[in-house]
Amino acid sequence: MPRNKGTETMTVTRRTLLAAAGTLAAPALVRAQGSAPIRIGEINSYTAVPAFTLPYRNGWQLAVEQVNAAGGVLGRKIEVVSRDDAGKPQDAIRLAGELVNEQKVDLLSGGFLSNVGLALSDYAKQNKKLFIAGEPLTDALVWSDGHRYCYRLRPSTYMQAAMLVDDAAKLPGTRWVTVAPNYEYGQSAVKWFKLLLAKKRPDVTFIGEQWPALGKIDAGATVAALEAAKPDNIFNVTFGGDLTNFVRAGNTRGLFEKRGVVSVLTGEPEYLEPLGEETPTGWIVTGYPVESVINTTNTAFIAAYKARFKEMPKMGSVVGFALITSIVAGIAKTGAVDTEKMADSFAGASFDTPFGRAMWRKQDHQGTLGTYVGKTAVKDGHGVMVDWRYVDGAGALPTDAEVAKLRQG
Amino acid sequence: MDFVVVQALTGLAGASSLFLVAAGLTVIFGVTRVVNFAHGSLYMLGAYIGWSILTRLPRDPAWFAAGVLLAALATAALGALLEMGLLRRIYRAPELLQLLATFGVVLMVQDAALYLWGPDELTLPRPPWLRGFVAVAGSRFPLFDLVLIGVGPLVLGLLWLLLARTRFGVLLRAATQDREMVAALGVDQTVLFTVVFALGAGLAGLGGVLSLPDGSANLHIDLDVITDAFVVVVVGGMGSLPGAFLAALLIGELQAFGIVLLPKITLVLVFLVMAVVLVFRPHGLLGRPQAVARGAAEALALVRPAVPALRWLGLAVLALALAAPLFAGPYLLSVLTEMLVAVLFAASLHFMMGPGGMASFGHAAWFGIGAYAAALATHALAAPMPAGLLLAPLAAGAAAGLFGWFIVRLSGVYLAMLTLAFAQIVWAVVFQWDAVTGGDNGILGVWPARWAGDPRVYYLLALALCGGAAMLLRRVLYAPFGYALRATRDSPLRAEAIGLHAGRIRLAAFALAGAAAGLAGGVFAYAKGSVFPTYIAVGHSVDALVAVLLGGVQTIAGPVVGALAYTALFDALLTTSFWRFKLGAFIVLLVLFFPAGIAGAAQRLWERGRPA
Amino acid sequence: MSVLAVSGLGKSFGAVRAVDGVSFAVAAGEMLALIGPNGAGKSTCFNMLNGQIRPETGRILLGGRDITGLPPRRVWRLGVGRTFQITATFASMSVRENVQAALLSFHRRVWRWWRPARGYFAAEADALLDQVGMRAQGDRAAGVLAYGDLKRLELAIALANGPTLLLMDEPTAGMAPAERVALMALARRLAGERGIAVLFTEHDMDVVFGVADRILVLDRGRVIAEGDGVAIRADARVRAVYLGSGATSGGH
Repeated sequence: MPRNKGTETMTVTRRTLLAAAGTLAAPALVRAQGSAPIRIGEINSYTAVPAFTLPYRNGWQLAVEQVNAAGGVLGRKIEVVSRDDAGKPQDAIRLAGELVNEQKVDLLSGGFLSNVGLALSDYAKQNKKLFIAGEPLTDALVWSDGHRYCYRLRPSTYMQAAMLVDDAAKLPGTRWVTVAPNYEYGQSAVKWFKLLLAKKRPDVTFIGEQWPALGKIDAGATVAALEAAKPDNIFNVTFGGDLTNFVRAGNTRGLFEKRGVVSVLTGEPEYLEPLGEETPTGWIVTGYPVESVINTTNTAFIAAYKARFKEMPKMGSVVGFALITSIVAGIAKTGAVDTEKMADSFAGASFDTPFGRAMWRKQDHQGTLGTYVGKTAVKDGHGVMVDWRYVDGAGALPTDAEVAKLRQG
Repeated sequence: MDFVVVQALTGLAGASSLFLVAAGLTVIFGVTRVVNFAHGSLYMLGAYIGWSILTRLPRDPAWFAAGVLLAALATAALGALLEMGLLRRIYRAPELLQLLATFGVVLMVQDAALYLWGPDELTLPRPPWLRGFVAVAGSRFPLFDLVLIGVGPLVLGLLWLLLARTRFGVLLRAATQDREMVAALGVDQTVLFTVVFALGAGLAGLGGVLSLPDGSANLHIDLDVITDAFVVVVVGGMGSLPGAFLAALLIGELQAFGIVLLPKITLVLVFLVMAVVLVFRPHGLLGRPQAVARGAAEALALVRPAVPALRWLGLAVLALALAAPLFAGPYLLSVLTEMLVAVLFAASLHFMMGPGGMASFGHAAWFGIGAYAAALATHALAAPMPAGLLLAPLAAGAAAGLFGWFIVRLSGVYLAMLTLAFAQIVWAVVFQWDAVTGGDNGILGVWPARWAGDPRVYYLLALALCGGAAMLLRRVLYAPFGYALRATRDSPLRAEAIGLHAGRIRLAAFALAGAAAGLAGGVFAYAKGSVFPTYIAVGHSVDALVAVLLGGVQTIAGPVVGALAYTALFDALLTTSFWRFKLGAFIVLLVLFFPAGIAGAAQRLWERGRPA
Repeated sequence: MSVLAVSGLGKSFGAVRAVDGVSFAVAAGEMLALIGPNGAGKSTCFNMLNGQIRPETGRILLGGRDITGLPPRRVWRLGVGRTFQITATFASMSVRENVQAALLSFHRRVWRWWRPARGYFAAEADALLDQVGMRAQGDRAAGVLAYGDLKRLELAIALANGPTLLLMDEPTAGMAPAERVALMALARRLAGERGIAVLFTEHDMDVVFGVADRILVLDRGRVIAEGDGVAIRADARVRAVYLGSGATSGGH
């Protein structure tokens, strides 16, 4: 968190005190001149989910540096004031207050966990401040609880399910089972998948479901229970540590053999890498094939990222990067940092992401950033995505009429 | 039928893993009486160290076994260091303070592991023999799970041999039954305790490294494991190894079959088992009533009316609090509002924990029920804010009264664990029951009524409600009821012999504390505009516990001071890097140097040189 | 009529018959000592009388009313005060507050939430403390008292409900000889003045023979002798079972 860099090692001498006083006074002066940096408040669960948020932080830092090197936006530099919510929505709300009232940020952004995203969105609605959600997947964010001050970048739970349904519908066999963490995300992913698949394949039946508690999967028993149902295909929503355990138990017990598996998010490097050489092959997944995507935007992004952080980007890095470019594009389109104007004018703004061009939808403030759909494979002992294609977010959403209905709650 | 066999075997493997974790915890508790919250951290360290070792070794079974033992030994060594550096110094401290210190260690280890091993999940590549299986009843059953099924009883057997057939074991059992006697016989307890702690830590490390083939080393396993381990130990009876084994079997099998029959209930199931066992067998399956440690009747501080200087200080703080809206901005006001909520939350816990002698690990349950009552009233019933704020304490008080009926009959750690069980059940229901509670996504739009929308107005309302309720609790402590409550804590025997119905008094105190926590939850819900399952999570209960102990459990002003200090400290640290490590270190140092808490230390300073 | 009348009282712990068909009575103003070697069943007997242990057989009548099996708090309310072998007082309260707590319970003022407890029955508490010679120590913490003082405090607490029957379990254990005599003289005086029936167990034979009106000797759960000091001293079975067991005056 940049604000704190160096403060701990500073030795206090009269000179540093003077210098400190100078920097403290400076923003107010410059602000008066209208060229102070645009301040973006950012809140995320840095300590609670470091595996995602640390690459994510790298991503937005890279974007901020690039934007500022190119002269900023509206002739002003941008500056991100970042906070750690420790995974607790109640803390996120307090920090939002601090960012808005004390740090005087021009807008809020961030979030990984759905509940933190919703808490921040509700704060934004109540306090009439713009909030740009990066990662939170819950549909509620732009639909049932959507409002004019909230935008969301990533493909939602619905969109993830919808992107997978085309390939899922092509699988032979009609008997499906589902396994999903027992909370809102898992529940809605399963709900949408069942609904959308049934539309394309009226002949399928769902013959069993497993709902392991989040982070506490009893993988052996879960796999045995799924196996006992003798399904043709499996829909998986578990992720992280649960996914690792599930895959290992499933591999040993042969659950995935001769069965189609459709799995949400599993192709993201965050979740694929830990599977290593045990990555099951042929799963239909959403994710990010990183290096194998060769096009101008992604290749340039990877090169810059590697140069800056000496490691490969992950999905979080893309979200962090695109979060900043989407905000900058919105501000540029608005021509001001006035909340009401931005709330109106972000809609329709298009922006560059490592995945290509995307835009903010007018109807529900959902970003059209898509994701990759492909199959899992093992290469040199590492899990990779093959046979992938990019699915634009715009194509994975319900009709405008349906959205309007969902948005009414 | 075939499926039943496979699932039963799977349950056995799960039971073995559970037993490995619980065995160390129960051994440590049995001898040192320390409830080691950091046991999960040792397990996590075992997994990480195991990963570091095993990924550098050849991948055949012999090397694997050597690596596993090495990792267990390394964890045992870390355990010994922990014992010598910290726990040894606080054996004489009250149980809860020891728990608090080990909680500080948990925080420190979390950041240390993040620093050393990075944020990514670490998996151990499995050689083919680790992926092997045998055909059982037409299904594949993992070879490694068979090994696990053997390891549990093997460890139990070895521990039994150690306890029954060696001089060390005799001393250990003697120390379990009568610490003072062993000391009187001239046995060097210092070494004994260090060895026991190392043994327990080694078992935790063994559990951790053995979890690698089926899972991964990651930063979440410490807290995941510790609740499981606590449940097993408590269900089995604290300090009882066969009890832990039995409990692990029971829970492992229930888990394996519960998944099939009621796939959505697994999270609740475990805690339901614990609650049922504790209701019928208050000391667990094979546990015995805790021998009251001689001389444990720690000098309990007299509760005297505040001295004039303190009264003036209190009035000054109150005046400052009332004047805050004149000078504070909206953010500071929101922080102050949160502090007020924290004060009432801590004061309500202190009410039952200090004067009532009933420590709770699940106090957030009542806070959360209050918050959800308010939110649901606003949402489902479209009730106005005052109605929500009224409903919050009523609902929480009623729930506390209901659960309390089971809880107040227990004492000590068992009581604390039953509160934890109930809180976890409430949490799991709220977290998973999306249709009513909104699940993980919570309930939004619980903002204050228009007249209280201004942060200044809401702050004053919070001051009136939280400050008022905290004052009321304080008043009750000085009133006859407070004396009766303390009487039941100081000497249950005497209390009963002077006609006090201890059960009823404790239950009333429990319900009152619950209602006050519920009010805090209600005020918090409107302050935040939303409610989430995190309000009920273990972490939130621990927050209250830390606040009370930080302030000093034996002083009336303790919870107030503690809540203010803890909230301020947390806010200050949260914006720095590695804040968990700093917070943990702070807690550890506090326990070491100010065991009576801030207010307790201040009181001692004040009383120095004055007649007692 | 006797204040306390016990008939056929019995209780076993596993195979051990701790109390076996014990019957006796105590009259108002009378001091009855219950003696016997260790394990004779004195404490079990005591604990059944005040309701801590439920008897398996027999009846306990208090002023003619059957109190068998009632919990201690009900027994207390019917006018039975008790002191414990190992003192049980409220360590976080002052001496006066200890007595006040008992008075609050006696006057049914426990479920009061507002007025500070210090204001309730302070004078009455002081009067009780005065009787046991503890008034000067009223403000001291009970947790720091000397053992003899604790015993006297217990007596004051036991008197708070104006008992008709006082049960004193080893009232002088751990006290200096001079203190013992003083305490039992006090009990004697109170029994006489207020017409309280006192039942006490005691190891110190000087105390027993000095103050008891009557003595009941238990051995292995049974009453083996009953009578005044002279009769007990002369009883051959008592000499064989009790005095022969090695315990003599002042022993433990």
